[in-house]
Amino acid sequence: MEELITKLKKEVIEQLNLEDISVDNIDPEAPLFGEGLGLDSIDALELIVLLEKNYGIKIEDPKDGKKIFYSIKTMAEYITDHKKVQ
Amino acid sequence: MQPLYFKRFEMDFSITGYCLISEKKVIVNDQLRFYQENFLNFANFIKSLYKLEEINYPKFYKMDSLSKLGFLASELVLKVSSIKKYREDELGVVLSNSSSSLDTDIVYQNTINDRFNYFPSPSVFVYTLPNIVIGEICIKFNIKGENAFLISETFNGRLICNYVNEMMEKNRVQACLCGWVEYLGDKFETLVMLVEKSGFIDKQSNLGYCPTPFTEQHLNQLLHRN
Repeated sequence: MEELITKLKKEVIEQLNLEDISVDNIDPEAPLFGEGLGLDSIDALELIVLLEKNYGIKIEDPKDGKKIFYSIKTMAEYITDHKKVQ
Repeated sequence: MQPLYFKRFEMDFSITGYCLISEKKVIVNDQLRFYQENFLNFANFIKSLYKLEEINYPKFYKMDSLSKLGFLASELVLKVSSIKKYREDELGVVLSNSSSSLDTDIVYQNTINDRFNYFPSPSVFVYTLPNIVIGEICIKFNIKGENAFLISETFNGRLICNYVNEMMEKNRVQACLCGWVEYLGDKFETLVMLVEKSGFIDKQSNLGYCPTPFTEQHLNQLLHRN
């Protein structure tokens, strides 16, 4: 899980162009939206694409997004449960 | 009715501040602000300028190249201007260029070219219109006045002058941020100016820059100065 969390942090930083943020700056349990990284609605869409592109996971019900993308840790847990492609 | 293109305007408008960004250098109000001897690419150049100006606006990194250009040029003009005397709906924005949002359109196209690797990027898609740069400027500086993005094959000072003059003469805005923001394939050229009615000019603002008449001739001179 630790390895996946670090990998996810790197992917999120790159995908969302979080230029001044490093892997160590991201608390895996901190909320991604509102506070924490201060992501917006376009970032949310970009995270959906990231899950599909890098892990082959398609989110069928948008309502699930709120739970899945709460934090890096919840994303990692969802990926572990649903991963099809490494 | 006389076409706008040939119309004569009676009121007196002045350029009270400007920023010129070209490869290697940035000039603000006649002063060389930034110079990069070894120009590598736009991304490196614009990031160096952003860091130098000590701007803290994380959304900058999410913008496309056209928006980064227009945003930084506006920031450099407005940070030494006294626009606070205007209501948010009294300040307009009129920008123009030749390549529209083509550079970002190509980036987006590359995310959907291959049907076996089809991942359209939402964050790229939102920049596939040229007037998004105006939106970014308006959000940052809380500008709510009339705005427009004009496309012309080459820089057309007369078009910009006439459009802005019409807006200001009809009192739709009291001041206007305007100019040329062109970007395509790592080639870029930007001139952003603040235009105000001469009677409204604050003599203490703009670090001693002497306002110049807002005419086609002066726009051409500013864009092509070395």
